[in-house]
Amino acid sequence: MIKQWFAKTAGIALGVVLLAGCEPPTAESTQNGFRGTGMLQLEQPKVREAKVAANQAPAASPALPATPPYAKDVYQNVQVLGDLGVGQFTRLMAAMTQWVAPEEGCNYCHVTGNLASDDIYTKVVSRRMLQMTQHINANWNDHVGETGVTCYTCHRGNNVPAEIWFEDPGPRSAAKAGWRDNQNTPAPVAAMASLPYDSLSRYLLGDEEIRVIGNTALPSTNTSSIKATEGTYSLMMHMSDALGVNCTFCHNTRAMADWTQSTPQRVTAWYGIEMARDLNVDYLDPLQPVYPEHRLGSLGDAPKANCATCHQGVNKPLYGAAMVKDFPSLTVEAGSSAMGQLSSDAAAAVATSEAVDRQDAEGT
Amino acid sequence: MALLSFERKYRVRGGTLLGGDLFDFWVGPFYVGFFGITTLFFAGLGTALIIFGASQGDTWNLWQINIAPPDLKYGLALAPLSDGGLWQIITICAVGAFGSWLLREVEICRKLGIGFHIPFAFGVAVFAYVTLVVIRPLLMGAWGHGFPYGILSHLDWVSNVGYQYLHFHYNPAHMLAVTLFFTTTMALALHGALVLSATNPKKGEAVKTPEHENAYYRDTIGYSIGTLGIHRVGLILALAAGFWSAVCIVISGPFWTRGWPEWWSWWLNLPLWS
Repeated sequence: MIKQWFAKTAGIALGVVLLAGCEPPTAESTQNGFRGTGMLQLEQPKVREAKVAANQAPAASPALPATPPYAKDVYQNVQVLGDLGVGQFTRLMAAMTQWVAPEEGCNYCHVTGNLASDDIYTKVVSRRMLQMTQHINANWNDHVGETGVTCYTCHRGNNVPAEIWFEDPGPRSAAKAGWRDNQNTPAPVAAMASLPYDSLSRYLLGDEEIRVIGNTALPSTNTSSIKATEGTYSLMMHMSDALGVNCTFCHNTRAMADWTQSTPQRVTAWYGIEMARDLNVDYLDPLQPVYPEHRLGSLGDAPKANCATCHQGVNKPLYGAAMVKDFPSLTVEAGSSAMGQLSSDAAAAVATSEAVDRQDAEGT
Repeated sequence: MALLSFERKYRVRGGTLLGGDLFDFWVGPFYVGFFGITTLFFAGLGTALIIFGASQGDTWNLWQINIAPPDLKYGLALAPLSDGGLWQIITICAVGAFGSWLLREVEICRKLGIGFHIPFAFGVAVFAYVTLVVIRPLLMGAWGHGFPYGILSHLDWVSNVGYQYLHFHYNPAHMLAVTLFFTTTMALALHGALVLSATNPKKGEAVKTPEHENAYYRDTIGYSIGTLGIHRVGLILALAAGFWSAVCIVISGPFWTRGWPEWWSWWLNLPLWS
């Protein structure tokens, strides 16, 4: 009797445990490859509804003409947006407040009574972020297309975008004992796989080689290690997770590296990696001295961008809402300050590397 | 093939499930029965359709012949013949042939008055196949979720379906299935080695008995499961491997849509340490 009772209870308990981890069989699938290849995206309708609700672009106020007086003539210390008409300038400032500091208002960046002052660090950062936004829209069409980006693409009404990253010090372990080699622990950046947790530093700040697959059937020329492969896998897990898609969104996994068997999205994603690296190296990481300590990571590094910073679980940020068309001043690079000088240098470097990249993408 | 003198006594009438005496006969060594006929019908038609499908494709390379299921847009409806319809008919033929073969095994067991272990075991394999091309597509709402018929193409499908869940090694049922497959081969290797060692003593010595076999494992690991028990273990390990394989794919998609590593969050979030 007791034995039977125990068996029944154990059986029911096991069943409950197994079912608790389940989703209902209501997922919707979207095919993105030839039939029978298994290239498709899956999503629960409930998850999609929640994501659609959370990824709505705010409406823009009516556009204003570019008529004088210009911002540079009316205000002092306008380094980036000086060529805007005062009306346009104020409209953009109001939009930025809604996008970045809806609760704090103008004084999140501006000193009360002295709008021209750079005494609050957030103003210096905002200026650099404006330049970055212009840089992205002007030079990274291969990734952002005509959709473009605004402050809202990342900020979504938050002072600091929800999805940023810092160097990961990893779990604490005794010196010399429990050496993990930056992996073997559930890594949020790798969608909870125990892959390397430092992949963003290696590939989106550093320029470690991502391609590990050889070009020959036998490993006669390929010297990539398993460890390098795990690093790549970690980055790819991040990209999938950040975009809310699986590996087959870009790859036919029978030949991950082969461009001819990949989907067009892979080209966009490839430019995305290059773009994230460019933004981290030229814009985000150098801002480190500007930030107060509480904005820095535990290793003292500046907050940086990855795929999730804009995408936030959606393969097209804000489901492709083209916000920047309402703010054309964010689509052209303007800059004259020291920071601006840095920016145009970077743009030149990018233009060169882009040309090389395009050849690479087409040639392989 | 000659019929051995003692074999005739096992060729008894009856035990059929369908068809009565009509198909209760042998062709050479093979029992036919109603389900032998249906096996032949479905297997023959299915094979012919595969060859027809290959003729409509762009290669006769055995490795590359591919008969793919319909696009997802056809859902659970019939698709045009050249756009996955062929795959649907071939699937019906395959299920018909496998099911018929299984029932033919049942009839033979009934004739001999033995247990149904073999058709049951084969049934687990059929269940795994049906899970892939019928149960899972039904749960996901489209025949397009079945795997394509082709040597390389079905492997490509396996790869992509695995990567739909980012890292399939984190699928708990896949872990079980893989472990069981390896355990099955280990058990078979241990069993085979033990029997061969008992039957191959030093030259000039008599063949050893199961007592020696039992003694070997008692000496080694303190326990011997015995001559019958080892076969029970072998069968349950092998069937469990197939069963959990079916489970690992049927939960991927119908009951889980994200990366498998993320599924383990329940473990990381146990109140014990989180």
